[in-house]
Amino acid sequence: MSQTITIDPVTRLEGHGKITIQLNGQGEVEDAHFHVTQVRGFEKFSEGRPYYEMPGLMARICGICPVSHLIASAKACEAIMSVRIPPTAALLRRMLNLAQMVQSHALSFFYLASPDLLLGMEFDPKLRNILGVAAAKPELGRAGVALRRFGQHIIELLGSKRVHPGWVVPGGVTEPLSGAKRDEILTILPEAYANIGLALAAYKQIADRFQPEIDVFANFPSNFMALVNEDGSIEFNTGALRLIDAQGAIIEDGITASQYAEAIGEAVEPYSYTKFAYYKPLGYPQGSYRVGPLARLNIAKSMGTPRAEKELVEFKQLASGPVLSSFHYHHARLVEILYGIEKIEDILNDPGILDKQVRATAGVNRLEGAGQAEAPRGVLHHHYKVDENGKMLWANLVIATGQNNKAMNQGVLQAARHYVKDGKFTEGILNRVEAVVRAFDPCLSCSSHAFGQMPLAISLLSSNGDVIDRVVRS
Amino acid sequence: MSVEADVKTLIIDEQEVSARAGQTILQVARENDIYIPTLCHLDGLSDVGACRLCLIEIKGGNKLVPACVATVQEGMEVSTDTERLRKHRRTILELLFAERNHICSVCVSNGHCELQTLAQEQGVTHVRFPYRNPNLPVDASHERFTADHNRCILCTRCVRVCAEIEGAHVWDVMGRGINSMIITDLHEDWGASSCTRCGKCVQVCPTGALFDKSKIGSDHPKYPDFLPYLNLMREAQ
Repeated sequence: MSQTITIDPVTRLEGHGKITIQLNGQGEVEDAHFHVTQVRGFEKFSEGRPYYEMPGLMARICGICPVSHLIASAKACEAIMSVRIPPTAALLRRMLNLAQMVQSHALSFFYLASPDLLLGMEFDPKLRNILGVAAAKPELGRAGVALRRFGQHIIELLGSKRVHPGWVVPGGVTEPLSGAKRDEILTILPEAYANIGLALAAYKQIADRFQPEIDVFANFPSNFMALVNEDGSIEFNTGALRLIDAQGAIIEDGITASQYAEAIGEAVEPYSYTKFAYYKPLGYPQGSYRVGPLARLNIAKSMGTPRAEKELVEFKQLASGPVLSSFHYHHARLVEILYGIEKIEDILNDPGILDKQVRATAGVNRLEGAGQAEAPRGVLHHHYKVDENGKMLWANLVIATGQNNKAMNQGVLQAARHYVKDGKFTEGILNRVEAVVRAFDPCLSCSSHAFGQMPLAISLLSSNGDVIDRVVRS
Repeated sequence: MSVEADVKTLIIDEQEVSARAGQTILQVARENDIYIPTLCHLDGLSDVGACRLCLIEIKGGNKLVPACVATVQEGMEVSTDTERLRKHRRTILELLFAERNHICSVCVSNGHCELQTLAQEQGVTHVRFPYRNPNLPVDASHERFTADHNRCILCTRCVRVCAEIEGAHVWDVMGRGINSMIITDLHEDWGASSCTRCGKCVQVCPTGALFDKSKIGSDHPKYPDFLPYLNLMREAQ
């Protein structure tokens, strides 16, 4: 008799999702899916709104990474306005984006992933949480809370609010940085360096113990995509996209925001409200790729900051080509936190950082615009069309989680096939299947922003798996 | 008529006050530091009694009257802050929120909005009526300003300031009841209307319905205090 195991909801993720694992008559895993079960509708209800409201509206997609949406949205608006923002505004936005990356990665690593990593996949589920970590490893629990606070505090200092700061606007930012705020951020840097040092050392000590998980946590050849500078160094705000294959060879380089829609398509699967992004010339699903910390470190030739550079060299030794196991997303996240802190220090020491000219103004000069940036979870793309008065006619957002969607599904299937044997499973085994998804740190709230295009199929199956009835809405 | 005959004595909230004949109860209350909430009233403009937030009770009558248009009478006893009035004011505010689409978090007036401030002050913690969620247009045709009808509460301050102070009478109201909308000229786009681009309507709008195009986020305090001074200076001439 066939059987379906459902993990609902998948815990320690941002947003709501579930996993279903289908077993055949022999108790072997037939198929497995990761479902995103919510609809948000942001693309649809932004229609008719003035384009300059978009950053503020789109930031509400997510309370973890509102800054990424603010930045990608503001860049799309600036393409509509045809303006180049003042250099100081660009630096300040870069700092804001990095501060968010640090706090978001700290959330992912310490609050969501570290219970599995530090306490163990089989640990008592009641205690397998951040409080359990704080009790067992107080210094690491404190480091996690402090790193999150570090990022959030910078966001608050710059944008006067921790969540949804209204400071990023089309054309730049609303206020320049004051000397007092710069000095305050400089004083909290040493503690942040100490905390990330602690976390990296602790992670490297335990990583070897997880070799069985490393082998099956979405560990397969795939393409990777991320922003890079022309010199191949890591980039979060500007630059262009580079797509590489599983051997590290460049498939396409220099994809700008305006070329994105030509290169990337979005496929729809009936079991999820999140779309599946793919590289059009390769088609779906062959053109699927991974984004985020793992993709960024696989693609980047250098970090451009000394301490993170050393860590990148060490990270690249994990494999001869691109690092393929998604378990290593955790490691990549810690390297990026270190990079973020170093880069924030660089930016604060820039002689022009206190410049008062931080905003450019213009009206509607083009009827279409696109913007892209690296969110903590990977490439984020906003694409807008407006009428001559600047009212939104159409919006399309491609979110990191949608770009990782195929890999997450493949990863869930890979882990389920490995762990579920003879129809038998334990809580610890199901936690490992969830942990595959957690490694990607998906943001389901961000990813299910479309509305009205989702075909939905419901199948009614008999106990021997025969389809009795099927309803398809398209 | 003697000067004495013009003075009326009345009681507001158990406080004996004196007033000139023809003054509104709202004017007298404010002169005596007695607070009555208002929304459509604005110093410097005529009163229309549209919002009903300034309703008060007068002893001896069961009817509630708007303080902004009711004039003082000798010996009247006025209550401005009873449980019945507070309940009505909360209900009026909830109905205003339910009628159109007021999303404070993404509104230009967040933090400077008179509707939001009143709701907080009157203890509105939630809206008990189903939201109507109308699909109303945004008029972004004007070079400098935007009109978002989703945030309009039909207080008609813009209509009055445009007609009475600017003398242009570009704004007016069309339709009846729940279908009422403010319009420019004969329902043309604001950008194509006879608007003088003075911006007074934007400054007096109590919500984020009329706003400056360059303002984004909660970056839009308004300064309607200019009106009494403007009137004073004009009268002096």
